[in-house]
Amino acid sequence: MSEDKNRYGQTTGHVWDETLAELTNPPPKWWMLGLHASWILVVLYTLYYPSWPLVSSHFKGFAGWTAIGEFEKDMKEVQDVRAKYEDQLPKKTAAAILADNELKNYVVRSAKVLFGDNCAACHGSGGAGNPGFPALVDDDWLYGGSIDAIQQTITGGRHGMMPKMGGNQLSDAEIDKLANAIVGGTIAKEPLFAAKGCIGCHGPDGKGMAALGSANLTDKIWRFKSKDQLASVKYTITHGVNDPSDPKTRNAEMPSWKGRLTDTQIKKLAVYVHELGGGQ
Amino acid sequence: MSESAASSEEQKAKYSDDIYEEAANWHVNTGEEKIYPKKASGKWRRLKWITHSIWLILFIGPFLRWNGHQAILFDIPGRQFHIFGLTILPQDVWMLSLVLLFFAMLLAAVTSVAGRVYCGFFCFQTAWTDLFIWLEDKIEGVPAKRRKLDAGPWTGEKIRKKALKYFIWVLISVLTGISFVSWFTDARQLWHDIFTGQASSTAYGVIALFTAGTLVLAGKLREQACFWLCPYARIQGVMYDKETILPTYDYHRGEPRGRLKKGQLVEGNGDCIDCKQCIAVCPTGIDIRMGQQEGCITCSLCMDACDAVMDKIGRPKGLIRYASMDEMEGKTQLPLFKRPRVLIYLTILTLAISGIIYGITHLGAIEVKVLHGRSPLFVQRSDGTIQNKYNVKILNKTANDIPIKITAEGIKGMLIKGTEETVIAKKGNTGSYIVFINAPAENIKSERTPIIFKIVNQDDPTQTSSYESMFFAPK
Repeated sequence: MSEDKNRYGQTTGHVWDETLAELTNPPPKWWMLGLHASWILVVLYTLYYPSWPLVSSHFKGFAGWTAIGEFEKDMKEVQDVRAKYEDQLPKKTAAAILADNELKNYVVRSAKVLFGDNCAACHGSGGAGNPGFPALVDDDWLYGGSIDAIQQTITGGRHGMMPKMGGNQLSDAEIDKLANAIVGGTIAKEPLFAAKGCIGCHGPDGKGMAALGSANLTDKIWRFKSKDQLASVKYTITHGVNDPSDPKTRNAEMPSWKGRLTDTQIKKLAVYVHELGGGQ
Repeated sequence: MSESAASSEEQKAKYSDDIYEEAANWHVNTGEEKIYPKKASGKWRRLKWITHSIWLILFIGPFLRWNGHQAILFDIPGRQFHIFGLTILPQDVWMLSLVLLFFAMLLAAVTSVAGRVYCGFFCFQTAWTDLFIWLEDKIEGVPAKRRKLDAGPWTGEKIRKKALKYFIWVLISVLTGISFVSWFTDARQLWHDIFTGQASSTAYGVIALFTAGTLVLAGKLREQACFWLCPYARIQGVMYDKETILPTYDYHRGEPRGRLKKGQLVEGNGDCIDCKQCIAVCPTGIDIRMGQQEGCITCSLCMDACDAVMDKIGRPKGLIRYASMDEMEGKTQLPLFKRPRVLIYLTILTLAISGIIYGITHLGAIEVKVLHGRSPLFVQRSDGTIQNKYNVKILNKTANDIPIKITAEGIKGMLIKGTEETVIAKKGNTGSYIVFINAPAENIKSERTPIIFKIVNQDDPTQTSSYESMFFAPK
């Protein structure tokens, strides 16, 4: 049919609205090239990477690529960068790490994650402590703030003990007197302090003993901090800490991390805690 | 049929004839037809070779040395730019935005005064295309010969000529690619690595891309890039106004155009002898006599071509010349300083350049930033003092490791821990140091007290930097 051709090329012969015709021109060459390039790419891609499902498994691809393999490769890269420092850690003591500025900086950075995973739940993400859990950023340490003492605390845990003094031991008036002296900062001058045997653990000056984990009663830091500090002190005197004979006793337990963390991890954490601001 | 109806039919027919004729004259270059520009010569062509030669910097730049180092090095993996004695670190990158603003405004200002000067005289697309066409002309001959060669069969001569042309083109393209990469890495080492096969795959990849890009853009696409690829081409077109001077055909002088008869101008005709030399030399294939149009990159070659013809037929030069629309309409040209566009562009230009100068002169050799430690904001210490923790970050932009002393002041009686010894700041690096400040509670007046940290280069006490942080305390 001669109508099948108009000035733009071959048409299908269908005409609408008198002049509208449908052309049968082939797609542009570049478009066809793109089409063929696309499916060739798909074939190559599925040959190169794991792709087609098979009966019990899948086609693994000629490149042998796997997502987990790539992840492991990336992890290996990170570990290679860290190896320079990590390799030194098992052989060095925590004190030696502390003395080496570069190594210390590395440990402080890398232990941040360890601290967040293991310690922050009780001690707070920045080590500021929580009600009932001591702050690690200050300079007051029940068991000493030296690097070795901190490492010992993390490794073995701590389980302090203060017997309950309420009931038979001290009268309410005596507890009141002692508590007021502690909060007022004059405990060493309080006659009851020596008379009732408190000095046995807290020392004649009331500053506590690191060997026993007894609290310093003269400073501005409270193990059981409260808005009404006087009431809190009275409670502690009355019911004690970790006293099994008193069901209302205060709980204060630092678990042992030996076995849960490696020695190197504990060492790292000790350095990290030491560097939080209060290490001695 | 009445008479008036018949004349209206005639008018309609004439109108449609006119409009089709006009449409037939408007030819939009969509690349289906290859342009074979004729070699132009004259003062504009000479000037253009000079302005194009600014691109020699691309090839020479990486080999300049400064104090034993590569003078200009954009070290992307190392995150620092070296420009002669200056080291520019990511912190200074705000200046880059001013540099971009400067060039954008320069482009706008120049365009509003004299049109697409950038396109015609400075653009790499024009420079490389001109070079490629020059080579084509040298190897394959004048446009008529080139047309014949392209249309003709693949004879031995055609293969030889094409091979030679492409060989030289590829050489230039590869050199372009290598030179580009040289700005980002040690240039001498790069050349060595490339030929010993040790260069990075990135380097090879970028060189390959640039080689292909140069070949396609300057060898194949040419004016099509200006027509359909380049956004600046279109942007610049809208920055013209009636005062902008552009290569313009003086139709008052030229029309009515007509061919010479026996070597003489026909009586009553204008100066345009319709020799079409202006079209022949045009690299974008337009006819400047149809007025200003999107295809004109203001390369000025038509002026050279026309001037040569005018010279030969004994007419004054400048039938095609730089002229504004106002001039063509017989209006007086506004002086530059009375044109608001130009003034606004120049103002922004000045601001941008002042900012860059300020930035470069105040780069500073060392820089301190202090992050206040959070969680907790402050620590109550057993002796009643309050402790705050700070992360002091020291940036050393100099080329040496330097000893730094950190000091701080702000609260009476405060103690600084962690700054007892001078710290060594590594060159071109940011080091971070933990500093504690203990302040007696009785001297702290408010919840927040400003603390000024200061660092001093112990080797050169004139190099200092300070930063204000806060000291937090309980209510």
